[in-house]
Amino acid sequence: MTRLPITKTPKVYVGGAFIRSESGRTFPLKAASGEFIGHIPQCTRKDLRNAVEAAAKAGPGWAKRTAYNRGQILYRLAEMIEARTGELTSALMAGGTPKAAAAREVAASVDRLVHYAGWTDKYEQVLGTVNPVAAPYFNFTVTEPMGVVGLLAPDEAPLLALVSLFAPVITCGNTVVAHASEAQPLPAVVLGEMLATSDLPGGVVNLLTGFRKELVPTFATHAHLRAVAGVASAADRKTIETGAADSVKRVRLLPAEAPVDWFEHAQQGLYAIRDFVEFKTTWHPVGA
Amino acid sequence: MSVSTKKSPNQRRSRPELIFGDLWAFDPAPETADPKLKSRYDLFINGRFVAPKKAAYFTSINPGNEQPLAEIALAGAADVDDAYQAAARAFPAWSKLPGAERGKYLYRLARLLQDRAREFAVAETLDGGKPIKEARDFDVPMAAAHFFYHAGWADKLAYAFPGAKVAPHGVVGQVIPWNFPLLMLAWKIAPALAAGNTVVLKPAETTSITALKFAEILQEAGLPPGVVNIVAGAGGTGAAVVAHPLAAKVAFTGSTAVGKSIMRSLAGSGKKLTLELGGKAANIVFDDAPLDQAVEGIVNGIFFNQGHVCCAGSRLLVQEGIADAVLTRLKLRVRQLRVGDPLDKNTDIGAINSKAQLDKIRTLVAAGVKEGADLFQPACSLPPKGWYFRPTLFSGVQQSHRIAREEIFGPVLSILTFRTVDEAVEKANNTAYGLSAGVWTDKGSRILKMSTELKAGVVWANTYNKFDPASPFGGYKESGFGREGGKQGLADYVKLS
Repeated sequence: MTRLPITKTPKVYVGGAFIRSESGRTFPLKAASGEFIGHIPQCTRKDLRNAVEAAAKAGPGWAKRTAYNRGQILYRLAEMIEARTGELTSALMAGGTPKAAAAREVAASVDRLVHYAGWTDKYEQVLGTVNPVAAPYFNFTVTEPMGVVGLLAPDEAPLLALVSLFAPVITCGNTVVAHASEAQPLPAVVLGEMLATSDLPGGVVNLLTGFRKELVPTFATHAHLRAVAGVASAADRKTIETGAADSVKRVRLLPAEAPVDWFEHAQQGLYAIRDFVEFKTTWHPVGA
Repeated sequence: MSVSTKKSPNQRRSRPELIFGDLWAFDPAPETADPKLKSRYDLFINGRFVAPKKAAYFTSINPGNEQPLAEIALAGAADVDDAYQAAARAFPAWSKLPGAERGKYLYRLARLLQDRAREFAVAETLDGGKPIKEARDFDVPMAAAHFFYHAGWADKLAYAFPGAKVAPHGVVGQVIPWNFPLLMLAWKIAPALAAGNTVVLKPAETTSITALKFAEILQEAGLPPGVVNIVAGAGGTGAAVVAHPLAAKVAFTGSTAVGKSIMRSLAGSGKKLTLELGGKAANIVFDDAPLDQAVEGIVNGIFFNQGHVCCAGSRLLVQEGIADAVLTRLKLRVRQLRVGDPLDKNTDIGAINSKAQLDKIRTLVAAGVKEGADLFQPACSLPPKGWYFRPTLFSGVQQSHRIAREEIFGPVLSILTFRTVDEAVEKANNTAYGLSAGVWTDKGSRILKMSTELKAGVVWANTYNKFDPASPFGGYKESGFGREGGKQGLADYVKLS
């Protein structure tokens, strides 16, 4: 007799816990082969607001971690993903990615996290400055995290793009509420389990699944989201940029019409981090 | 004065009052340099002064005496389009010019402005109302310094952005405010040109003259036609500048309300945007602060440029134990401020920039009185003509008062108190704005703690209202995004790949 396998109920990772949507709504996900995979939480605006609250609560603690500590945690996340490459590869394959490409995407995601793990205690040394003002003042500019950042992950490279979007944001001490690819939410669901076991404090990265059009208006107008980034259609960009004006939110959206190659080295680096910091300049007189 | 305990050296007895200003009249000391004004200023497009297509002009008024100064061309949409076409034509050659050569043009602009500094200072004071000592010692030299600083970046962009390919955006549309007309022009144009962009700039309606005088300097410098175009006008012209399809990037300095409307109007356009908007800065004085210096800093923080300063220290947070002592000293100091003719070299507080702004200040001050705050104004005399407002202190202000929440943009200080460091941080950050803040304390670790906790782009510790081309300036939250000055400011004028 063959053993009936235990299937895993898909849950999303919010506030350090695995939740279904507060609404109880789900949508069925089928593999590219047509095989039923599971019921994915169809997160609501309320779930989004809860996630923002969790991210806001986690923010000050995460920002106050030492840069060294943040680097070690990002590296630990890479370790956790590497160790579970098989499961993430299967999640990508379920969405139709061929096996070799899926494995390559997981490996690239791990490498991307390692890249940012190394940035945590260096970006400040490149972006910050001591400014030679023409008067007897010590004047210096440092970076600070913006706060809670909303991210919209694309359907292409649903794992690598998501990792590439949130890694620079948390590298510099922000916290994240990300909406996973609507078409391929499974890699994000699995990734949540690695986030949970990586020493990353709960609430630093929050992942939602569901229908983008239900969530975009709240991403646009939620005043506690200090920035929104990721990939969006022309209509969604307009909605978000219009709504962002109410609280002068920072918007860094890439056009969905011009897909990027997330495997490129250009998709990582210092300037992706810089997009999510504020610059603060302090003056003090020099004297006895 | 209600201090008698010996808890702190700052609570010592007040000194005798010496109010010289009330005892005898100062002789007038007007600055007499010739501002060399023309009776009429046309638009500056493609390297030439041109009349607006609809032949419309408006009058620029001297706020110090309400007399007309000059007629200014009003740019319509067609004129703005001409300016953009000229800027777009100029862009390929300008952006391909070796950085060192672009830099030389900027050095020339700095030098030519220094040559004509006094003339520009007088023009700035006549048109905007600011005291001549500020225009002469701050606005004009700082504007020249911005060109000089950014000139040097033009051939060093690769050093500013390691690991990236640097390119200009293209044509940049810039809209600037009336509080520092020439300086804001310099903050906008200098980094844009250094990075290889070309510019369409609109000065504020009430203060166009120094921008159009600066166009003369652009000609004197031999700047290629179209690299900088200046279109004067009001909100309609500004909207045309912001909306023009050839604008690759828009930079705006002004009110938060207009900044938000620009964000909405650009939504979905793909244009780059930076905003430097309003503020309601907390200037925080702890009980160990050097009080004489703090009082000077508070006065400079709120009365500099009549309080027409987005980063003005308009909310004074004083630790409770020294609140009476600080208020007493402030009242004494404010009574010695000289309010009047902006051209007079002894004037501390000049004219309010416009009748509309004066009305807004009066409305908010009336709201402060109505909401129960205690008003103090010195009994100084004001000139019979012109728009003036006495330096004003409000004590007993609550966080819910309009004068504690809304940007007044005038010489009006709202004074609140706090007890602990945490309360100071909480109150300072309790605003939608986040442009600047001040901290006064003798304790170094507390300065760094406050500087870390305050949600503001600029923190002045034991000083206030200091600026420098090398020092990035710009806000958090609803005070906008992007920086001006320094390497960080330059970044907003380049595309990295």
